[in-house]
Amino acid sequence: MNTSLTNEKRFALRKKQPTPKQNLKRRKLSQKIAFGFFWLMGLIAIAVLFWIVGYVLAKGASSINLEFLTTRPAGGFDGEGGISTTIVTTIYLVLFTIVIAAPLGVGAGIYFVEYANEAQNHNKFVRWLIKTARTGVEILAGVPSIIFGLFGFAVFVSYMKLGFSLLSAGLSGACMVLPVIIRTTEEALLAVPDSYRQASLGLGATKWQTVTGVILPTALPGIVTGIVLSVGRIISETAVFWVTLGGSYRLPQNLMSSGRTLALHVYMLATETRAFDKALGTSAILIIIIILLNLAINITSRRFQKRLSGK
Amino acid sequence: MVITSLEEKKPNKSKIIARNFDLFYGDFQALKDINVTMPQNSITAIIGPSGCGKSTFLRSINRMNELIPSVKTSGEILMDGEDIYTQDVVELRKTVGMVFQRPNPFPKSIFDNVAYGPRAHGLKNKNILEELVEKSLTDAALWDEVKDDLHKSGLALSGGQQQRLCIARALAVEPQVILMDEPASALDPIATLKIEELIQNLKKEYTIVIVTHNMQQAARASDYTMVFNMYPDRSGYIVEYGETSQIFTNPREKTTEDYISGRFG
Amino acid sequence: MPRETLDTKLSQIKDEIYLLGSMVEQSVLDSVDTLRTRDMKEAKRVYDEDNIINEKRYALENAIIILLATQQPFARDLRLLSAMLLVVNELERMADYAKGIAKINFKIGDSNIAIPVRDFQKMAEQGVSMLHRGLSAFIEQNPNQAAAIPQEDTIVDDLYNKIYRATIEQAIANPEIIDQANNILWIAHNLERFADRVTNICERTIFITTGELMEMGSSDDENGIEFE
Ligand SMILES: Nc1ncnc2c1ncn2[C@@H]1O[C@H](COP(=O)(O)OP(=O)(O)O)[C@@H](O)[C@H]1O
Ligand SMILES: [Mg+2]
Repeated sequence: MNTSLTNEKRFALRKKQPTPKQNLKRRKLSQKIAFGFFWLMGLIAIAVLFWIVGYVLAKGASSINLEFLTTRPAGGFDGEGGISTTIVTTIYLVLFTIVIAAPLGVGAGIYFVEYANEAQNHNKFVRWLIKTARTGVEILAGVPSIIFGLFGFAVFVSYMKLGFSLLSAGLSGACMVLPVIIRTTEEALLAVPDSYRQASLGLGATKWQTVTGVILPTALPGIVTGIVLSVGRIISETAVFWVTLGGSYRLPQNLMSSGRTLALHVYMLATETRAFDKALGTSAILIIIIILLNLAINITSRRFQKRLSGK
Repeated sequence: MVITSLEEKKPNKSKIIARNFDLFYGDFQALKDINVTMPQNSITAIIGPSGCGKSTFLRSINRMNELIPSVKTSGEILMDGEDIYTQDVVELRKTVGMVFQRPNPFPKSIFDNVAYGPRAHGLKNKNILEELVEKSLTDAALWDEVKDDLHKSGLALSGGQQQRLCIARALAVEPQVILMDEPASALDPIATLKIEELIQNLKKEYTIVIVTHNMQQAARASDYTMVFNMYPDRSGYIVEYGETSQIFTNPREKTTEDYISGRFG
Repeated sequence: MPRETLDTKLSQIKDEIYLLGSMVEQSVLDSVDTLRTRDMKEAKRVYDEDNIINEKRYALENAIIILLATQQPFARDLRLLSAMLLVVNELERMADYAKGIAKINFKIGDSNIAIPVRDFQKMAEQGVSMLHRGLSAFIEQNPNQAAAIPQEDTIVDDLYNKIYRATIEQAIANPEIIDQANNILWIAHNLERFADRVTNICERTIFITTGELMEMGSSDDENGIEFE
């Protein structure tokens, strides 16, 4: 407290202060204004979202029927045919990409969180390597997907002569989702309380037993969430696969076959044909799939919370 | 004529001996020249102002400190005459169990929590496991409360029950020493007393070392008391070590006197 | 000081113990004085006022127990409080000796036995002086002062022996007064035990400061019957 103030001055200053009652009124008012503002913003965001989704679903619904789903695209300026092969190709690509990216990403995440600290006091080179890898993951997570596409085109398609193929696309897609999987894995592992590790090690379990016995089971829903997010990324990606998967609408016969995913199909229908209604129909299917995926994520993470709280 | 106490004293074999033990976190010396002998089948309480290295010392006894990369130690800690720092660390932690400040059951069933340690040590036989789980829960005074809910998550128990579950989990690996770091500080008074009673029963089979910031608890629950303090450079040392009855009625050191009678600092 | 509550309460209790001590001193001096004046009204007052001392002792005991329960003292504080419990008990018993003397005064009534008033006064004064200093040593926790007091007990013992012998001789010479002689002996006994109890207070003073319980002086007739 400022002791140089005379008592009169202090008294005068205090008189200028609002009374507690006025003050409470003011505070309540500013609270109301802020609350109203955020409420409005939220409302607008949701309205826009519903508008887009609603528009696509409503316009696309007319072209969706069993035939649309079960016949292959026939090409042409009018975008003949359905989308059956693109659904299958999407599934192939998702499976292939995840089979490559998940073990790598989860493994890297486990290493970064559970083991990298230990290596730190061993070797200068190892330490440098870990630091570089960490930075690399950070950077890759922010890179636009077309860069992955160009990289895949340059390395897999051209240099390694894999051509436009499921293999090239899967490898490129894996590069794209790897940072996502690593980071969500890291986050899931970091969310596992340290006390679990200490308890397990304190019982005489080895590090590896601790990782497999306690940490991974606890973090699994989080890790799965990351993988499901990656699936979403692959399903909705166009740029990368445009330059690595080619665009054949035939059913892929093997890993070296070219193909066309749902998202690519939407892009091609919209840019190269007049079948805008079919593009919307395919989009509607895509949106439904994405919504289902998000539901799946919600359910797993809710399970995760339940498990942690023991209900 | 000096009249001594009525309590009988039975000499116990010494279980844990620290000799000239120092511990550093990087450049910071957290423990300075610790010398102490803890008898078998006794309860030793560690008290002292916070930050003076009680937990650090406790965690030195099962080498949990090694999880922190910057930790360096010198001097020795012997268990049954053997230097623990030359033993295999996994073996050591099987012999020296630990219970933490906050109850930390795994997000697994009660059964799996208790069976976790034995399973990690290779026990697979279901019948033996079941027997061991029952015995451990019984010893931890929890069996009657949970015997019908062994499949329930350990996290669904109350705080006091969770802590007893953690004690059962530690008992299940059949250790010889149990370290407890403020095991009751997160519990209500009744749960606290339950844990204290439990500890009294456990000392028949185990040697127990317990850190507590609760002076009454140390006085109630321990046979020996170790008083820690820190030097001006914040490194911890043992002010006084002796029988709890002596420390709390007639401490030798002024620092102990001030600390336990609440006139510290 | 983080233990201001405890310290404040402790010093209040110390003041009260001082007060109790001076009440005890006064009552023993008064009771012996009634032997001189043979004022039965005054003797009745001394006899009745013992109740006030008893009540004060219970109030103090209660306060100490509350402090033990609520403040959970350790080490020196614990020793001090437990010693205080004993000391208030000693003081109350000492007052009972004064009450006993007043009662004997009634029993003597108007019989014409010679009461060795001068020696009784000396015993009482010596006992009170020991109590006064013993109690300050206790409250001030001064072990040196406390250690010096018990040896003064011999002065009281010598007076007791002197009175004892003289009274026995009188009774042998004149067996009719044997009942009255017995009364005189009881008074001497009470005053002798009064001084003995100061020793106990001094022992507690040593205990508080060193933590050691030791027996000081010789209280050979610890089992003597007390006349209350
Ligand atoms: N992981 C650590 N790294 C560095 N310093 C630490 C670490 N853990 C504890 N310390 C320091 O060691 C000292 C003792 O800590 P601790 O053993 O936790 O004290 P206590 O259990 O007695 O409160 C404190 O000064 C603390 O800051
Ligand atoms: Mg601690």
